[in-house]
Amino acid sequence: MAIRVFLIVLLFLSFTNLTYSLYEDQVGLMDWHQKYIGKVKHAVFHTQKTGRKRVLVSTEENVVASLDLRHGEIFWRHVLGTNDVIDGLDIALGKYVITLSSDGSILRAWNLPDGQMVWESSLPGSKASKSILHIPKNLKADKDDLILVYGKGSLNAVSGVDGEVLWKKDFAGESIEVSHIIQSSDVIYVAGFADSSKISVYGLNAKNGELLENNHAALPFGTFGELLAVSGDMFVVLDEMRSKIVIVHLKNGEISYNQKHISDLTKDLAGQPVILPSRLPGMFALNTNSYVLLIKVTNQGELVLVDKVNNGAAVSDSLSISEDEHAFAFVHYGDNKIHLSVKNVNDWNHDLLKESIVIDHQRGKIDKIFVNNYVRTDRSHGFRALMVMEDHSLLLVQQGEIVWSREDGLASVVDVTTSELPVQKEGVSVAKVEQNLFEWLKGHMLKLKGTLMIASPDDLAAIQALRLRSSEKSKMTRDHNGFRKLLIVLTRAGKVFALHTGDGRVVWSILLPSLRKSEACENPVGLHIYQWQVPHHHALDENPSVLVVGQCGPSLSTPAVLSFIDAYTGMELKSLSPAHTAAQVIPLPYTDSTEQRLHLIIDDKQHAYLYPRTPEAIDILKHEFSNVYWYSVDADNGVIRGHALKSNCIQEAVDEYCFDFRDLWSVVFPSESEKIIATMTRKSNEVVHTQAKVMTDYDVMYKYISKNLLFVANAAPKAAGEIGTVIPEEAWLVIYILDTVTGRILHRMTHHGCQGPVHAVFSENWVVYHYFNLRAHRYEMSVVEIYDQSRADNKDVWRFVLGKHNLTSPVSSYSRPEVIAKSQSYFFTHSVKAIEVTSTAKGITSKQLLIGTIGDQVLALDKRFLDPRRTVNPSQAEKEDGIIPLTDSLPIISQSYITHALKVEGLRGIVTVPAKLESTSLVFAYGVDLFFTQIAPSRTYDSLTEDFSYALLLLTIVALVAAIFVTWVLSERKDLQDKWR
Amino acid sequence: MDKGKGVMGSNARRWAVDFSDNSTSPSSRDVPDPPGFSRASIDQDDSTLSRQKKDAESNWKSQKAWEVAQAPFKNLLMMGFMMWMAGSTVHLFSIGITFSALWQPISALQSVGKIFEPYKDSRVELLGPKLLFIALNLGGLALGVWKLNALGLLPTHTSDWVSSLPPAQEVEYSGGGLNLR
Repeated sequence: MAIRVFLIVLLFLSFTNLTYSLYEDQVGLMDWHQKYIGKVKHAVFHTQKTGRKRVLVSTEENVVASLDLRHGEIFWRHVLGTNDVIDGLDIALGKYVITLSSDGSILRAWNLPDGQMVWESSLPGSKASKSILHIPKNLKADKDDLILVYGKGSLNAVSGVDGEVLWKKDFAGESIEVSHIIQSSDVIYVAGFADSSKISVYGLNAKNGELLENNHAALPFGTFGELLAVSGDMFVVLDEMRSKIVIVHLKNGEISYNQKHISDLTKDLAGQPVILPSRLPGMFALNTNSYVLLIKVTNQGELVLVDKVNNGAAVSDSLSISEDEHAFAFVHYGDNKIHLSVKNVNDWNHDLLKESIVIDHQRGKIDKIFVNNYVRTDRSHGFRALMVMEDHSLLLVQQGEIVWSREDGLASVVDVTTSELPVQKEGVSVAKVEQNLFEWLKGHMLKLKGTLMIASPDDLAAIQALRLRSSEKSKMTRDHNGFRKLLIVLTRAGKVFALHTGDGRVVWSILLPSLRKSEACENPVGLHIYQWQVPHHHALDENPSVLVVGQCGPSLSTPAVLSFIDAYTGMELKSLSPAHTAAQVIPLPYTDSTEQRLHLIIDDKQHAYLYPRTPEAIDILKHEFSNVYWYSVDADNGVIRGHALKSNCIQEAVDEYCFDFRDLWSVVFPSESEKIIATMTRKSNEVVHTQAKVMTDYDVMYKYISKNLLFVANAAPKAAGEIGTVIPEEAWLVIYILDTVTGRILHRMTHHGCQGPVHAVFSENWVVYHYFNLRAHRYEMSVVEIYDQSRADNKDVWRFVLGKHNLTSPVSSYSRPEVIAKSQSYFFTHSVKAIEVTSTAKGITSKQLLIGTIGDQVLALDKRFLDPRRTVNPSQAEKEDGIIPLTDSLPIISQSYITHALKVEGLRGIVTVPAKLESTSLVFAYGVDLFFTQIAPSRTYDSLTEDFSYALLLLTIVALVAAIFVTWVLSERKDLQDKWR
Repeated sequence: MDKGKGVMGSNARRWAVDFSDNSTSPSSRDVPDPPGFSRASIDQDDSTLSRQKKDAESNWKSQKAWEVAQAPFKNLLMMGFMMWMAGSTVHLFSIGITFSALWQPISALQSVGKIFEPYKDSRVELLGPKLLFIALNLGGLALGVWKLNALGLLPTHTSDWVSSLPPAQEVEYSGGGLNLR
């Protein structure tokens, strides 16, 4: 009954408040937003004497940005689409930033000071090729400054003023891989390889693109890698055995070459050498496995080894500091210091700059370096260097110290998990408490002033500041409401960060040694992060830990890497490099005595490996042996298979932690009509409060709640591509809901004339998915709810009163309960990047869908809008139950954007975590930016609001007590007088 | 009062008639009974008088008891009216009315003995009024319960019992999906 009243009150509360919204002064109280740009690919300095000094960068997250050179802040930033990869960046005319993107087919000019786009031109072509952006100095054709772009197999000369294509030369028919554009006065030379052994050089008239000359030379051997220009007429390239350096000389259109063995230059050659793409006049850098060789090319084409630097060095492009002087920087990493040297290309013995800078070793090696010079007051040259580190962070070094750094690795979050903070220790010092008490009183007095509207503007500002940087929210201990947690994120660089949910600061970070390049592991990638150990009651003295699963390369057949990290300190507890691969990781619902969760890692040969590797874990698994299943989705062949544990592996080496599977079932989709495009399951840690759904007439529907359900969306093979490539008659979408233990299909539905991409979210007994309807030319969202009919006859109240029902006894999927599904579809305006659902501690609070829209915002949509019970004219009782009249499209209420005015650029994922307070759910959205907030889908019905004035309450109580006392005294006095009368 | 007592001592009494003297034997008297006076007949008269008086009293008592027993009926009607006024949605007013409608009969039933205490008499049959009183109060209680039910606050539906039932545990566990990445 109490629950009923509670639910009704709750319903009323939610009914009065359809949208979640916040006031202007609440922005930043519970949410934080961090802007990043990603790993820098190109950087161009803009340090004119006038104006603010800035550096323009383009990144691997397809961001073009202008950064303040003094503080590293973003002046402006544009995030291009995921397919719009930036290939080149430069400054033209001193006022435009030119970017070349999309494989050399889109050229854009941005205004330098404010980042507005000035013009855009698309350069179509047929052939995929390397794309080169070349902005020659002082090359004009009819007063127009030229920008030379090679992309899609053709060379375009584009006007720098308006982006018009002045002339175009198509190389698509020439079968040449152009790798260089060289400009000498009015002739443009285009050099490249055909079939890796034939060098071709074309000379073009800069004015009109007319072909002036055409030279070919065939090398008697193949080449490896790219051609690198060391001067205007000299190139170097490696031969195909990577043992010789080939110097190609171009003189008056004649091509000559000579070659030299690398072993002649250095004795201790190991591994595969690669020419680094740094452009240095008369020099080049060769990277072998252990050294970086700096080799000078003389005018006669002779090679001279000038320096040999330890591995891990980065070499910048050259920088012209005066008429004939070129400087370049090279930097290498050693014993927690970076050693930066800037040298003159022509004068090798003399260092222009030599510095050692202490650096956090969690940043790893230096990946790239860009240098820029400035003239000191004494007219000597000073240098600043922009460094891109192994963890994708960006540093600016000047005068021997790090001026600023940016953690841009956080722009490429791969996976997120959370961890609780440590429990608060007893025994806080008195002084601290007193100070806190004083502060507390002061704060509340200020708040009281605000409530009574007697606060001055200064006070108001102080109140707002107090609210924003409340020390309460960024403490490093667990709080009563569970708002403070650690977000543990794995980035693409293999670095793990712990972010505090209160203010988003980095608590610790670790560049995982096991995810760094090594001999055994060539291209390690981090894949997922799991909660490994979540200590509760009896294991509270243990720190929680997380498991990072990675593999040694992009393909599935490379061995796995496992790393265990302490969630409080960020230390790597241990790392494993098992011989098997990691195709799938299954966290099992069992924990051992130290609360380490059991995980099955399944390799590509369908063996399962049990972790942790302890006898106790084996005992636990043996106990549940027949209840552990595994299913695999083979999207290429359209097959879903179910497996069960069989026995220990039959291998040469006995491994009692390795298990074999036997196949149980398979669902084969007809490959000519269906192709798997999306699958979705419930979150394994989701808590469901009740199994019953009460209808308006007090009837009960029993939800079919099973963790072993899989939603599969299949599209017609023709319609698996992009929207608009097929006609509605050829497109259909078939959705299935499968039981992954038995392989039983619980529900199947076809949407005709619809196609993907499908985004879905599965929670409790319902699934919501988003797709495109070709007939209506609109996006649609559908909801499917599954109910258990076999329980529906539990209607006798007396059985419940006496407790004679078996609704809570364990169920097996093999009991094959009869289910029914209810569904409904609605139009939805936006295309969607991600869908999530709020999750709360007990699952009582109503749910909201969190939709990452194409505009990189997060929209909170009540689940009540996606309810199959909605009808056009709901009855009074249904209205009271909160059923919204059916409309054809879902409303988008602008107040319900939880990102309010902000954008999470490049949004890729949304994570929800329950707080301890039942009403509240924590939301973390990540992309290029990070955004965190707390939301309460049914408002905070279980706590006072943040702006509740305790001081006012206290004051009222004090006033009341005083009033009582005064009146008591007065009445006593009156009584006495009466008696004397 | 004290003064009067001081003046009129017990010695100052000249004569006195004892109305309560109803002894039947004349010998106990100094003065013989006047002729025609029959002491026995007076005695008899007296007793009939008191019996009549007692009958009237018990009649009155039983009448009162019946009245008291019927009193909840008016209450019932008023409650019914108020409930009708309160409507069938759950809010403070309707809940208050319903709970008072429940509480009144219960408290009345608890104090049935006390209420009928003044009318207790060996010759008054109180069982009838009591039964009526209890029946009416039970009626009131039933009305209250009915209202409670009408408000939907009674766990008479299956939904009231299952709405907090946690989902059944599953025997099997299955994991997997698409290959990583």
